[in-house]
Amino acid sequence: MTPPETTTPTGTAAPAGPGAPVFPTAAALALGDDALVLSHRLGEWAGHAPVLEEEVALANIALDLLGQARVLLSMAGDEDELAYLREERAFRNLQLVEQPNGDFAHTIARQLYFSTYQLLLHAELAAGDGPFAPLAAKAVKEIAYHRDHAEQWTVRLGDGTDVSHERMQRACTALWRFTGEMFQPVEGLGLDEKTLTAMESAWLDSVTGVLGRAGLTVPDGPRGGAWAAGAGRQGVHTEPFGRMLAEMQHLHRSHPGASW
Amino acid sequence: MATAAAHRPPGAQAHGAEDTAVIEAYTRRFDAAVAADERIEPRDWMPDAYRATLVRQIAQHAHSEIIGMQPEANWITRAPSLRRKAILMAKVQDEAGHGLYLYSAAETLGVGRDELLDKLHSGRQKYSSIFNYPTLTWADVGAIGWLVDGAAITNQVPLCRCSYGPYARAMVRVCKEESFHQRQGYELLLALSNGTPEQHAMAQDAVDRWWWPSLMMFGPPDDESQHSAQSMEWKIKRHSNDDLRQRFVDICVPQAESLGLTLPDPDLRWNEERGEHDFGTIDWTEFWEVLKGNGPCNEQRITQRRKAHEEGAWVREAAAAHAAKHTGEQTGETGATRA
Ligand SMILES: [Fe+2]
Ligand SMILES: [Fe+2]
Repeated sequence: MTPPETTTPTGTAAPAGPGAPVFPTAAALALGDDALVLSHRLGEWAGHAPVLEEEVALANIALDLLGQARVLLSMAGDEDELAYLREERAFRNLQLVEQPNGDFAHTIARQLYFSTYQLLLHAELAAGDGPFAPLAAKAVKEIAYHRDHAEQWTVRLGDGTDVSHERMQRACTALWRFTGEMFQPVEGLGLDEKTLTAMESAWLDSVTGVLGRAGLTVPDGPRGGAWAAGAGRQGVHTEPFGRMLAEMQHLHRSHPGASW
Repeated sequence: MATAAAHRPPGAQAHGAEDTAVIEAYTRRFDAAVAADERIEPRDWMPDAYRATLVRQIAQHAHSEIIGMQPEANWITRAPSLRRKAILMAKVQDEAGHGLYLYSAAETLGVGRDELLDKLHSGRQKYSSIFNYPTLTWADVGAIGWLVDGAAITNQVPLCRCSYGPYARAMVRVCKEESFHQRQGYELLLALSNGTPEQHAMAQDAVDRWWWPSLMMFGPPDDESQHSAQSMEWKIKRHSNDDLRQRFVDICVPQAESLGLTLPDPDLRWNEERGEHDFGTIDWTEFWEVLKGNGPCNEQRITQRRKAHEEGAWVREAAAAHAAKHTGEQTGETGATRA
């Protein structure tokens, strides 16, 4: 067997030489995957939303997140290769964002937990001078809207009827155990232990405030479990995620090398 | 319509001969305003039949926008590149927005969205039959953009001059977005047509399946169209079904050529004498069957719509209950979503 000819594959960045600045690829993937996966989940609502205004609102949020994902993934490589050709274990998103939509209350609870975290994180990144600062400065405005939307619905559903109160409470409780992972350090984000701890307590204050205004009880279960040490940031995901990727990647993978 | 005398006196009802004379005067004013190409506005007096025709047409149009989200939303989670995914999500979102404008336009005629949705869900009002066809491959997303949005534009551009103001203004906004959709669909098909042999075949197959149903979107032939003549007189409709269909065919032929795709009609050819294309006979039996409910997806589309509505009932009830508890203290709330 003759050895294959050595060619430079097109579209691949030249390896960084010694002394070249090391770009925080792992961090770009972590944040990019969060946005990509949550955008995908929100996209699943299209045509199924409880009211026409929410078709528009959920799509808005999904589009903002997809826009963020494309910028972040492009910082780490080719956006489509990263989205469509990685295996499940290579994704670095939080387990929270891959959770299935469930009912509208679950979608809103997931959005409240995530956007509160994402807003704190991006405010922190925007204030710094790292590689994510420009992106974060733009995203903060979008995320503030996402969080406002989630907060308003949490309050409406918590306060609305007995049925909606119960559903909202159940959703908040069910997703609670996925919220501890958000404050684990991410390589290359440049956030030290102290900053993460401060972010976590700001998150708890903020979420506690919203749940209080909604007449909901702050869940008292653990915010991580036996799996907390692994979890999404290390490429360990929950079962529904594999099926989500299968659907997302199928067409792209069926036509290797095709452009769309 | 600017004439103050034509405004409907608040709460006025016709009683007796004297009032009949008043109604006749209003009718003359109305007819003159329409003839002079003035816009009829919600507060203007209008004949009951004009109002009913508009409600029927605007409702059907609004329903088409929201049912039309389904066949394309079917591909959001499988879009093969992130760029295409963003374009498709934005498109489906636009269609929801069109639904919102149109339900609002219907509201100006005194019919609420809930009432119209009830009629859609119970089958008393229709939506465009085109959405009863399935989207089987990714190329169908392109074919819908190019042909279905294209046909919608051909239909709707004249509606921007419709005699009823709120409908005409909604159409101006809608048409701008539809023309984006049409170009994006065309561009999607072009990428496939110029792509791998499999992609090219996928594009051709989609055009083969969507071409004839798109021609049916203009409605039955002029001599079988129920409402056309009166609507033309009222300037709700400006061109006949067959005229619009011909215009659409003439637009599509050169576009299909530059796409490198074939339109599935052996009788399609340029007629030098008429200065337009001749084309084959439409299968009107299929049209009437799909309209009657026997298309491939009629059941599926309406079932999904009803299901989304029923499953969302508790959310809408919660929003209403919350709003009722807090009326008066909500003035500071921004971006509140109406249920
Ligand atoms: Fe539309
Ligand atoms: Fe459209």
